[in-house]
Amino acid sequence: MTPSVMPEAARKPSSGFDLKLYGPFLALAALIVLGTIVNPVFLSPGNIGNVLTRTAFIGIIAVGATFVITAGGIDLSVGSLAAFASGVMIVVMNALVGSMGAGLPVILVGVLVALGLGLAAGLVNGLLVTKGRMEAFIVTLGTMGIFRSLVTYIADGGTLSLNSEIRTIYRPVYYGGVFGISYPILAFAVVALIGALIMYRTRFGRYCAAIGSSEDVARYSAINVDRVKLLAFVLQGICVAIAVVIYVPRLGSASATTGLLWELEAIAAVIIGGTMLKGGYGRIWGTVVGAVMLTLIDNILNLTGAISVYLNGTIQGVIIIVAVLLQRGTAARR
Amino acid sequence: MAEPLLAAFGVTKSFGPVEVLHGVDFTVQRGEVHALVGENGAGKSTLMKILSGFHQPTSGAVRVDGRPMSFSGIGTAEAAGVVLIHQEFNLAEHLTVEENIFLGRELRRGPFLNKRAMRERSLAVLAELECPVDPRARVRDLAVSERQMVEIAKAMSREVRVLIMDEPTAVLTGTESAVLFGLIRRLRDQGVGIVYTSHKLDEVRAITDRVTVLRDGHHIATRPTAELTEDGIAQLMVGRAISDLFPAKTPPAPDAPVVLEALGIDVPGWVRGAGFDLRRGEILGFAGLIGAGRTELAEGLLGLRRRTAGTLSRNGEPLRVRRLEDAVAAGIAYLTEDRKGKGLLLAKGLQPNLTLLALDRYGRVFVDERREAAALERAVTEFDIRVRTLDVPVGSLSGGNQQKLLLAKTMQVDPEILIVDEPTRGIDIGTKQQIYRFLHEFARRGGSVILISSEMPEIIGLSHRVVVMRSGVVTGILEGDEVEEGEIVRYATGLKGRTVDGLKGFTSKGDAHDAVGHA
Repeated sequence: MTPSVMPEAARKPSSGFDLKLYGPFLALAALIVLGTIVNPVFLSPGNIGNVLTRTAFIGIIAVGATFVITAGGIDLSVGSLAAFASGVMIVVMNALVGSMGAGLPVILVGVLVALGLGLAAGLVNGLLVTKGRMEAFIVTLGTMGIFRSLVTYIADGGTLSLNSEIRTIYRPVYYGGVFGISYPILAFAVVALIGALIMYRTRFGRYCAAIGSSEDVARYSAINVDRVKLLAFVLQGICVAIAVVIYVPRLGSASATTGLLWELEAIAAVIIGGTMLKGGYGRIWGTVVGAVMLTLIDNILNLTGAISVYLNGTIQGVIIIVAVLLQRGTAARR
Repeated sequence: MAEPLLAAFGVTKSFGPVEVLHGVDFTVQRGEVHALVGENGAGKSTLMKILSGFHQPTSGAVRVDGRPMSFSGIGTAEAAGVVLIHQEFNLAEHLTVEENIFLGRELRRGPFLNKRAMRERSLAVLAELECPVDPRARVRDLAVSERQMVEIAKAMSREVRVLIMDEPTAVLTGTESAVLFGLIRRLRDQGVGIVYTSHKLDEVRAITDRVTVLRDGHHIATRPTAELTEDGIAQLMVGRAISDLFPAKTPPAPDAPVVLEALGIDVPGWVRGAGFDLRRGEILGFAGLIGAGRTELAEGLLGLRRRTAGTLSRNGEPLRVRRLEDAVAAGIAYLTEDRKGKGLLLAKGLQPNLTLLALDRYGRVFVDERREAAALERAVTEFDIRVRTLDVPVGSLSGGNQQKLLLAKTMQVDPEILIVDEPTRGIDIGTKQQIYRFLHEFARRGGSVILISSEMPEIIGLSHRVVVMRSGVVTGILEGDEVEEGEIVRYATGLKGRTVDGLKGFTSKGDAHDAVGHA
């Protein structure tokens, strides 16, 4: 096609502050300032390390959730899956102590079991959504109930405790670290980094956003929509498994209440981070910030004593609503 | 002259720093059909939205019956009797036709809905439109043309004094359009003022009293329609003489090989036993009424719809296409007719849209954004995509620029065979000409084109041969002198060609459509 008229105006990026992009980071900065004012202990390396370590489980799960949500799905089963995988991992390791003895090999088998379960659960969710043509909400509402009941059944309504010898060997995975950085923080950082690379730099990340924006457009762009969605759920399952691997050494037990409401915390972290719940737009670093913020609120309340810790949920709720309100505002101005 | 029903004086509109309307005057008299024409991006939509109270002008005034219009909310213009019928439908898909017609102003008896009254009023207004749609049908089950009629029925069911119609016939069949024109004349005789936009200049000539032409946001002319020819209107729109809308045909070489052959294609509910062959350097037109199954045939071939029978061969070798990816790998690319729903991600920028189909060509593991940006620069120049900045969401581009971007996206995979479905729907004549030139050049250089179009001049002006379909069956393949309007219509309406009697018991949406078209 020969241009009859050249494009007239200069093509420069439009300036202007993008609240959606930087909002979560500003909010985090505000929280840090607030925390410092409230109590100088807040900024101590010990406290910061503690906050980040406790963020790691939800944070890692939320990175996976970012992909599912960006692709227009949702996974409600992650909390139950975490409990179920923890339970099975503990049972398997306890059973192997007799034959293999308490040692690293037993833990490795346990880790493989957890990863295998995460992958399998992701496959089940993903296949039901894609091949079964069901809503992700319904599918994962179902598997959420199934996983939760399975762990209750395995634990016979009580608590599954890890063999104490294994626990001693496994314990440093949560409590230890290198150069003063705990392993959970390192795992969180690595998962977030890989997640960001996948989301922003690979075809898969681009395809997730395309599918979340419009499944039809994706299909008409020769994208294998089912495979991408399936992969997103598998990624989520693996993220849950990684969280389990660092969670089990923390308490060395699993019960019917393990991982309760983690799915909602993970979704909250994703939304606070600026990812759109209806899909099409995903922010990994936003998710990381969202997860950290949720733990920070708890931490700051603990440090002040001025507001009851029982009001933690209220403040988290307000922050989620404000985050979405701000997103609305920027979306409407577009 | 009497006080106009609706008048805009020196209306200016800016979005951010960019002014898109520059001091436009526009009036609608009682009992007048006033055409508003211009190329895509000329400012028609913006002006219509200002006239109907959706946008507030940056400067200038809008008056209804001499009183200034208030822009305090969407409902205020409607309360004054000014109703806009959108080109993009404003219907709730999951509600029924009657629920949509009365949405937001339901009839009540006490605190409860008066369903019977609403049903009766809906039936009456649908009957006036000669639209055989059941008021209890859900909108999502309706065909596009039926939705348009429901949208019109919705406007008709209220006290309307000025009706603003944005390309109402873009998705209607000839018969449906004729019904609409009858209705427009009746409304005009009742004293309603009508603003009518269309890219179909023959319609503008046939049913409007005055024409206002906009170009690049400027008011160019307002004249009685009788004083203008179609060519004259087109010249005012483009600002130059339109010479040779279609390039001279270059027939494929006599010994050009067959690059694609389809035999006995069945697409359940739509297409039965369709077959054709496509040669190198050829533009093969597909003509037929809306609902004849042309799009469905193409999508069946490409793996976008379930195909139950039929074989494909590419350069004489059997070709299996189970998904669109297979077709793309075989050098076949498809330009959908639904550019907003299936073609482009409207909320995303130009760059991710351009490369979405061919993303695997931009790096093995990681996407190389610099190469993407370079490709976008090239596409913007090559396809003459006119944008203020390159980082705007695609949804904010005019229809013509969106279509050029979609074409550029399709061409990203370097296809040898290009299947284009309604490639110029809803775009202006200047952009049409560019797309015609592009298709012509593509075929001249050895590409092959399947052109599905409901615009007869396009089919006749570009195609070397024409496949005509009716009710899911190929009724004839015309070549040479047979490629002319009368002959195509005879095949398309069943006066000539292969009979479709073999389809007894084969009920389909296509048939239903056809029945509507012929009622």
